[in-house]
Amino acid sequence: MIVRQAAFKTAMLDPAAPVPDGIINPDGAPASKRFDVYRNNVAVSLSDALEAAFPVVRKLVGDEFFRAMAGVYLRKHPPKTPLMMFYGEAMPQFLRRFEPAKSIGYLPDIAAIELALRHAYHAADAAPVDANALTTIAADALMGIRLRIAPATQTVTSDFPVHAIYRANTVAGAPKPVMQAEAVLVTRAGFDPELHLINAAAATCISALKDGQSLGQAMATADDTLDIGAVLGLLLAQGAVTEIY
Amino acid sequence: MSNATKTLVLASAVATAVAGLSTTAVAQENEKCFGVSLAGENDCAAGPGTTCAGTSTVDYQGNAWTLVPAGTCETMDVPAAADGMERMGSLEELDRDLPA
Amino acid sequence: MLDATNHTSLPSRPGVGYKPQHYSDIMADAGPLGWLEIHAENYMGDGGRPIAQLHHLAERFPISVHGVGLSIGGEGDLDADHLARLKHLITWLNPSSFSEHLAWSTHDSHFFNDLLPLPYTPQTLARVATHIDQVQDTVGRRMLLENPSSYLAFAESMMSETDFLRELSQRTGCGLLLDVNNVFVSATNLKTSPQAYIDDFPLDAVGEIHLGGHDEDEDETGAPLLIDSHGKAVVDPVWALLDYTLAKSGPKPVLVEWDTDVPDWPVLAAEVARADTALALITT
Repeated sequence: MIVRQAAFKTAMLDPAAPVPDGIINPDGAPASKRFDVYRNNVAVSLSDALEAAFPVVRKLVGDEFFRAMAGVYLRKHPPKTPLMMFYGEAMPQFLRRFEPAKSIGYLPDIAAIELALRHAYHAADAAPVDANALTTIAADALMGIRLRIAPATQTVTSDFPVHAIYRANTVAGAPKPVMQAEAVLVTRAGFDPELHLINAAAATCISALKDGQSLGQAMATADDTLDIGAVLGLLLAQGAVTEIY
Repeated sequence: MSNATKTLVLASAVATAVAGLSTTAVAQENEKCFGVSLAGENDCAAGPGTTCAGTSTVDYQGNAWTLVPAGTCETMDVPAAADGMERMGSLEELDRDLPA
Repeated sequence: MLDATNHTSLPSRPGVGYKPQHYSDIMADAGPLGWLEIHAENYMGDGGRPIAQLHHLAERFPISVHGVGLSIGGEGDLDADHLARLKHLITWLNPSSFSEHLAWSTHDSHFFNDLLPLPYTPQTLARVATHIDQVQDTVGRRMLLENPSSYLAFAESMMSETDFLRELSQRTGCGLLLDVNNVFVSATNLKTSPQAYIDDFPLDAVGEIHLGGHDEDEDETGAPLLIDSHGKAVVDPVWALLDYTLAKSGPKPVLVEWDTDVPDWPVLAAEVARADTALALITT
């Protein structure tokens, strides 16, 4: 009659499973509908958290599909920490393998953007460097310097026009996406994350800078579509460079 | 490009980037923006009683799934896959993610 | 046993569960509001608006940190990472109160985002006491433990909830958080008397009283089944139970919680005013 938490958990996540023996109502009878309270709390609260986390994914697939998909996701990937603000970290991988959403190739990348925005929102604060400090560095030393990038700064690359798709679903009157590969940069100058359209070369270069590579090394990782002036201008304008070293 | 040329290109790019920055600092958000919250929070409330999500059978076993995406994706006019792309993974791989 | 001194305590005034959308209203006119409760887990990010906001709130109000994810009633060990995050928050914020729930929410490294029930036996008592000791040792202060809302019972239970909580408080030195809505919900669901529960509760150990709204449902036998939804106004019988409790306990910090379908501030402010009236009744 001892109800182990493993048995409780198993029955809670599987509506078809019997309620564990030893769970009773006040009259001593088995309490199946009362147990359903927990089944619902868990399923509903985790689905709600996913809805809050992935509003654009939800908009793209529709409410009914999203809710059903959330039911599958939460049972395959229950949260690994109690921090609901980060729940859904496996969503891009999940979507990549989720047959019913296969017709929407860009969905995993949209989920990755929504994850990046939330991580940026909660990332550590970091004071931006004075951009003028860059102009005092001798030209032949520039290749060797490293830029510390603010923790909120992230990139997502895609084979799809993800920036345009994201905007078309969040900004009234935004233009229809045109098929092309796009990358995005997430920055957070104040408290609100912002999304910027960049190209794959810029994303590669920014990732390298974030990893602590020198300016010269980071430039070398990207192909010749890299516009290093534009990359630096964007990073500096968004307060995403916190130290030159 | 020679290293010297690269250096010059970079120096010029840096100068242009810095010169292009707006002289006004990024606007500091004031307190009234504090009301805004990016959702996804913990609380200690219980859910909506004994009906719905948790008790409906969530079956995703091959053909049991009947729903198709029916949101704005229909209006995006973006092909299912970029040229030459192969979708990764399969359902069997997905099942391996199941917690013990 | 932990020394309860060294920390300011909450005032015996009404408090409210803080929601970011009420920031401006609360800062503009707090009325009788004497303190705020925040859920610990929502302030465990590295920075950004939530943390900045909490700094501002803490300059103005005493803060009660209410954890919802520690899984103190879990069969397994406490999550060391989560405990470290909690210690970090409590260290920098130095809140007036810290509380958690008599419940479990994590099993095998998976978190279920709900307060799940446990049977009351000598074995579970020993386990929960060990966890409370570990939490109090880690965060370096006394904690309050909250009575849960019960929807069902365990055949294996051997102790009443009040005996279980009293024994925990005596063994660990922890204080108790008495949620009178939970008392009402559990008593209705388990066909017991809410007043008898209060009569038997170790009120001396109570550091905080909670109020909230609940939903009404019924089980398969047609018996009432109340759900602790925190999505409605507090009902009259729960206000009456608050009066009953305060008459016996004397003044305590009283919190109104509203977590789902959160209303505009004036609706919540009216609940705060009613709690203030209940407190005024016993102090005059």
